[in-house]
Amino acid sequence: MPRFMPAPQPEVSVAPTPSVAANPLFPFVLQLADTSLILAHRLSEWCGHGPILEQDLALANIALDLLGEARSYYQYAAELEGKGRTEDDLAYLRSAVEYRNPLLVEQPNGDFAHTIVRQFLFDNFHYELLKALKNGPDAQLAAIAEKSMKEATYHLKWSSEWMIRLGDGTPESRQRLDKALAVLWRYAGELTTPTPAETNLQELGLVPDYAALLPAMQAHLAHVLAEATVPMPTTPAFAQQGGKQGRHSEHLGYLLTELQYMQRTYPGLTW
Amino acid sequence: METSTLTPEEQFQARIDADVRIEPKDWMPDAYRKTLIRQISQHAHSEIVGMLPEGNWITRAPSLKRKSILLAKVQDEAGHGLYLYSAAETLGASRDQMLADLHSGKAKYSSIFNYPTLSWADMGCVGWLVDGAAILNQVPLCRTSYGPYARAMVRVCKEESFHQRQGFEVMQTLCEGSAAQKEMAQESLNRWWWPTLMMFGPKDADSPNTEQSMKWRIKRFTNDELRQKFVDMMVPQAEFLGLTVPDEKVQWNEERQAYDFGEVNWDEFWAVVKGNGLCNHDRLQARVQAHEEGAWVREAALAHAAKRAARAAVAA
Amino acid sequence: MNQQEWPLWEVFIRSKQGLDHKHVGSLHAADAVMAVQNARDVYTRRLEGVSIWVVESKHIHASNPDEAAEFFDPAADKVYRHPTFYDVPDSIKHM
Repeated sequence: MPRFMPAPQPEVSVAPTPSVAANPLFPFVLQLADTSLILAHRLSEWCGHGPILEQDLALANIALDLLGEARSYYQYAAELEGKGRTEDDLAYLRSAVEYRNPLLVEQPNGDFAHTIVRQFLFDNFHYELLKALKNGPDAQLAAIAEKSMKEATYHLKWSSEWMIRLGDGTPESRQRLDKALAVLWRYAGELTTPTPAETNLQELGLVPDYAALLPAMQAHLAHVLAEATVPMPTTPAFAQQGGKQGRHSEHLGYLLTELQYMQRTYPGLTW
Repeated sequence: METSTLTPEEQFQARIDADVRIEPKDWMPDAYRKTLIRQISQHAHSEIVGMLPEGNWITRAPSLKRKSILLAKVQDEAGHGLYLYSAAETLGASRDQMLADLHSGKAKYSSIFNYPTLSWADMGCVGWLVDGAAILNQVPLCRTSYGPYARAMVRVCKEESFHQRQGFEVMQTLCEGSAAQKEMAQESLNRWWWPTLMMFGPKDADSPNTEQSMKWRIKRFTNDELRQKFVDMMVPQAEFLGLTVPDEKVQWNEERQAYDFGEVNWDEFWAVVKGNGLCNHDRLQARVQAHEEGAWVREAALAHAAKRAARAAVAA
Repeated sequence: MNQQEWPLWEVFIRSKQGLDHKHVGSLHAADAVMAVQNARDVYTRRLEGVSIWVVESKHIHASNPDEAAEFFDPAADKVYRHPTFYDVPDSIKHM
């Protein structure tokens, strides 16, 4: 093996062939895992570059929570799949088109306002989703959700407060927040729009009905935006979709290139 | 009432000699205050600049477990910087001023962070060697004469020991791994060994502040004493890992009960201190950029707090 | 940078139920809500606490070290305030 040079890679890693025996929850749990991992990765990019030391720590705490949550999901997904893959195989050896995170979380950090809006839109959904999952029929998923919900509660509080501060802060912060919201709002709809796969699972009662999450999400959104003195975004005629089905923005490829660099360069080793 | 005819300086020294901690509002010589502000802020700067070379690898960590550990570790450095800035603030320095001094190049930080992190093994070496050296410097500081500094250091040291262990574990995993991994570990050790020895500062003979700092018990060991301790500690650990320290002069000296070792390249040391290391510019630039880009955020939070306070006052 | 710095806050943490809040350090925050959260993010990452107090540093009033002698030394000779001052016969229990 070349020592410090990238090893040649197959063009695309082996796509998981849907197995009849595979637990129907597997793709959904994987989607949850990808979502938390990608957002954690984005947040971790702030480490050492935050606007003030105290918030550098806060951002890293959220990233660590999400990373921990992602690992729980990956481990569970690996178990559900039952093919002997590990959490790291799932995270490091799947290509962009196999990733199932919604588009929102892969969007670049941008300025602090972008990061806050992305976080807030996600947290608002994440919190309600976990609340539903923790009462769901799958015991393992419910247990992960129960633990993660405590974290998500804090995340939502943190990002909501920053939405309010930036919205009702200075003219500059307001302008940056408005801009970020205009850009990222287009990705918010995907969170609660079920894919055909999710619809199937919803019909089986395995995945929460997203429509049922909306009233609480909208109420909180309205409350925060009112406090922030920011007008409610008008729902665009066309919301961006596709991440949950593997059709990503170009940003994800670069993110994965970095994330997977070591595993791709030195395959099959223990670190 | 104080009956002695000792001068304030003499009384102060007497308290130091009796190992009584000095607290923020106590009288202290100006030079003591200045030395502390310089040393503590320099230490704080080292923590936050030190986030960069490792932060560099958070997005490339080779496993989810390593990613979590590294992120938590680098985050700890932010915490350490914060504890230390707080300690310096008790002496009347403002964090803003300290940061301004860092950004203008007036204040220094540890030169070790002006070396680049080029491979994953560097995460091992930074934790094992660099943090190992830092701990040797820091443990005695838990008993330093200035109370807030000592208390901050107790907290720092408690957290730091995990840092060194995770670094050693990274190295150990590499050394027990494939040939490529072991070579990665050795190559990294080759690069980091000498800069780490430089972390203890110039030779005692060239360290003019040491004597006064020892007298004030800000410092409890000299640079050379700590450097020797470090070599004595690390050579056996490198051997355990199956790695070779890149110094042909390293040899156990039965008489001294210590390792002999070669001479640090002091030209390189002074060059990096003076700003000519490979990463000096980039590191400082990254800090300045983060601070400047954060300005509007900090301003917005203050503006919002003021609005909220005004509204509360009206409501009351 | 010429803008104003976020105010400084002192942080007190109760490490577990039943114990006092103890001073652990300080931090900067724009307001009290943020100060509590920052304290949580900075000072309780390793299960150090179950409750947080913050107070803006400027609101702390402290005794003056120059007055330490008249403040604290007078307590030194009141040995009778301490139980060890009293000799209790060995045969007396529960005292």
